[in-house]
Amino acid sequence: MLRLLSFALFLAIWWIAALFVGGAKLPSPPAVLEVMIAEASSGALFLHLGATLARVTLAFVLAMSLGSAIGYLMGRVRLADKLGDPWLILLLNLPALVVIVLAYIWAGLTEAAAIAAIAINKLPTAVVTLREGTRALDRSLDEMASVFAMPRWRAFRHVVLPQLAPYIAAAARSGLSLVWKIVLVAELLGRPNGVGFEIGVAFQLFDTPRLLAYSLTFAAVVLVIETLLVQPFEARATRWRPRAA
Amino acid sequence: MRLEVEITGKTFRSAAGGTHEVLAPLKFALCPGEVGVLIGPSGCGKSTMLRIILGLDSDFRGHVARPPQARIGMVFQEPRLLPWRSVEQNVRLAAPDVTEAKLSELFRILELEAHRSHFPGELSLGLARRVALARAFAVEPDLLVLDEPLASLDDALAGRLRDEIATLVASRPVMTLLVTHSLDDAVRLGDRLFFLSPRPARIVAEVPIGIPRDRRDEAEIAAIKAGLAQRTQGDRTERDVS
Repeated sequence: MLRLLSFALFLAIWWIAALFVGGAKLPSPPAVLEVMIAEASSGALFLHLGATLARVTLAFVLAMSLGSAIGYLMGRVRLADKLGDPWLILLLNLPALVVIVLAYIWAGLTEAAAIAAIAINKLPTAVVTLREGTRALDRSLDEMASVFAMPRWRAFRHVVLPQLAPYIAAAARSGLSLVWKIVLVAELLGRPNGVGFEIGVAFQLFDTPRLLAYSLTFAAVVLVIETLLVQPFEARATRWRPRAA
Repeated sequence: MRLEVEITGKTFRSAAGGTHEVLAPLKFALCPGEVGVLIGPSGCGKSTMLRIILGLDSDFRGHVARPPQARIGMVFQEPRLLPWRSVEQNVRLAAPDVTEAKLSELFRILELEAHRSHFPGELSLGLARRVALARAFAVEPDLLVLDEPLASLDDALAGRLRDEIATLVASRPVMTLLVTHSLDDAVRLGDRLFFLSPRPARIVAEVPIGIPRDRRDEAEIAAIKAGLAQRTQGDRTERDVS
């Protein structure tokens, strides 16, 4: 209820601002909705949204699985941490734009280049978070598992993974928001479809209603995924913890 | 099948860079069906010794011979349960082969039936300790190591758990190593008592108790305790004189 009210307030502010600024710079909500419906009925909206979502999914899964594995390794093995740390600092501070442009130059304007570039941008944050999580693992529970001769996989699944789950959830959440932002840049620069491409077109035509129609639909999709996927996972991973009042 | 412990020394390096001896040379052995009790002042190195015996610490001088296939049941000083698994899952994860009948029996004896599906965070320390005991018993161990298992339990429950440990030890040829501060527990449960010195720990006295556990009555227990008290006091005066 409170969420709805807050959303209504947002719409109201937008509408009032649109009246003051004028339709060319800030179109009113109905004008944007009109474009949304037109784009949806032609199918273009879904095509571009689908292309973007596919890229996000692929890059996200790639970066999360690779990043988690590297982060776990760096948290457990000192040598890996020493060897990997300079690379990590470099990657963390490399601007997203540089990675994307380089990827397109080296691998051409291809799908693989775009997805790899997005994944590389997300990778270091996942590594850092999971490394911290691995460092914080409770040694005394490891000892318990070893004394009771738990097989490796069972110990990993029941002793280690639940301790890492909050870190994985944190990495997923911050990673997802990062990937959402970077995917549009990658599409703008070198892809013939996707929300980022459409925003590029809208920019060239100074077509604000179109720009808002695409970005708001995109934001809505992000919101849905966040509430339906990320938050339930987080709640499940931490269900054994006593709730804050 | 025997547990043989022969430690010639163990040093810790402190953060400041200094080294200090935790364990002096010590040697003992334990046979199946026997309960060895380690008694010593706090901080004398008992836990370090247990970690070495359990194979958790290999940075020591000496040798520990454990039957290679021996199943170990361990009750740590803290319960060390998995907070994200229920009581029953905690036991089953350590003892996947435990039968439902055996599990129910254990939970009944330890009065945990009502808490099967609770998470450890919802239990009191006393209850969590009982879960740790259930877990150690459920694996049907060949080597049972108990690090102050009855601390912070009320007398009645501690007494019952002590009987439970005695029953388990009598029913199977299990080697048991018990660490305790309580002379009473030691005399009621132990077959051989090892008195340890302050750090670096060495065995000051090894006292076998000849009477089988199930035939020790209150009078005899009191007599053994009195004998031991005299003895430790004697040691103390001797040391004071020197």
